[in-house]
Amino acid sequence: MLFAAQRATAFVLAFAVAVHLATILYAVRGGLTAAEILTRTHGNVAFALFYGLFVVAVAVHAPIGLRNVLRDWTAWRGRSLDVALTVFSLALLVLGLRAVFAVYGA
Amino acid sequence: MRASHVQRGFVAATLHRLSGIALAIFLPLHFLALATALNGANALDTFLAITRQPIVAFLEWAIVVALALHMTLGLRVLAVEFFDFRERTLAALSLCLAAVAAVGLLFVLNLG
Amino acid sequence: MSEAALQKTLNVEVWRGAASGRFQSFAIPRRAHQTVLDVVTEIQREHDATLSYRFACRVGMCGSCAMVVNGRPRWTCRTRVSEVVEGGRLRLEPLRNFAIVKDLAVEMTQFFDKWKAAHGYFEPGAAPEKDFAVVPPETKERQAADAGIECIGCGVCYSACDVVAWEKDYLGPAALNRAWTLVNDVRDHGQMERLDAVSSEGGCQACHTHMSCTRFCPKAIEPTYAIAGLKRAMVKRALRGAG
Repeated sequence: MLFAAQRATAFVLAFAVAVHLATILYAVRGGLTAAEILTRTHGNVAFALFYGLFVVAVAVHAPIGLRNVLRDWTAWRGRSLDVALTVFSLALLVLGLRAVFAVYGA
Repeated sequence: MRASHVQRGFVAATLHRLSGIALAIFLPLHFLALATALNGANALDTFLAITRQPIVAFLEWAIVVALALHMTLGLRVLAVEFFDFRERTLAALSLCLAAVAAVGLLFVLNLG
Repeated sequence: MSEAALQKTLNVEVWRGAASGRFQSFAIPRRAHQTVLDVVTEIQREHDATLSYRFACRVGMCGSCAMVVNGRPRWTCRTRVSEVVEGGRLRLEPLRNFAIVKDLAVEMTQFFDKWKAAHGYFEPGAAPEKDFAVVPPETKERQAADAGIECIGCGVCYSACDVVAWEKDYLGPAALNRAWTLVNDVRDHGQMERLDAVSSEGGCQACHTHMSCTRFCPKAIEPTYAIAGLKRAMVKRALRGAG
């Protein structure tokens, strides 16, 4: 169920975010340029797989989290909320995978 | 009227939530930004130039902090829920915030 | 206590009414070793006989006197005025998250209904057992159960819980804690139904680990960890079902 999915993706993201943060801290040294990013990511299969997985995990984790927040803090609940969040999840999935594809090198 | 005092667990959970909301708003924008590379490296560079403005640089720093915050506080929740971590002191929360501060500081230092 | 301290007067604000009402102020002399229950009793006996409040044992065994004192849910009989007074002021309110009957007395029905909804009761099974159950006290399950069985249903944790305030179907820390003690009771035959009950929309997964319940429980029970146990049991069952 939703709780299990969110916690499972949380474990995945704990690892992925640690890697991502370390990468960010390393990569921004002395400023960031597209060339720097793209030389590392172009044709890099390991990168694409890692970030692809990252995107999928986020697309599951974030909407479930938002669902809790909205149900707790607003009066919105029920089917319309679930539909809206599914749309958000798909948006994250599509935009995210598109971004991975874009930096992998189209 | 009938307020229970804000407790440290509530502070942790609320910071966790707010950072999560910030990240959820930020992510679609992040994906759109990266996808500008579809139009070539120059397109991405043009976008990155925007991020050098002070206000944007600050927001960038803030979102990195939000990410670190959300992760460390999330690890606290996972520890209590799945590893039977008996956290009753301020120690765990302080550790989380210290780690986040370290990340925030490192980011600023590296950017410069 | 010094003479100067003893001569001070307490400014006590007490909630009067029900869902709507107002705070009424009383000036009560400060006395040595005074408890908040002493203060409430003095108000009702000497100043305003129309004040409604609950108490019974007055020695910290029954939990009837629970109310919110200066923003914190506590037992008034076990709360010394000296512990909680802020600038000579005491603010007394009924427990949060309960419907108010009158003044400081709240309606406990929903609290106990949720206890039942969480299957917080022992299920002996259809047929009597053939022999006594042997339950060694050192086993992990029995220790987990023992950690939570002292709950007397006072409602302090329910009052402290933010999720109870936000989510009307949330079963709450007391009901879930009791369910966990029974999940760990090896003699119980209702485990499947109980796990169903605590996995429902208002079940254990709604807990966000604020830990206010654990912070305020007057019996030092830790519902947060009981609820975490339920979460693990719920996930394990889901995995077994899927696998």
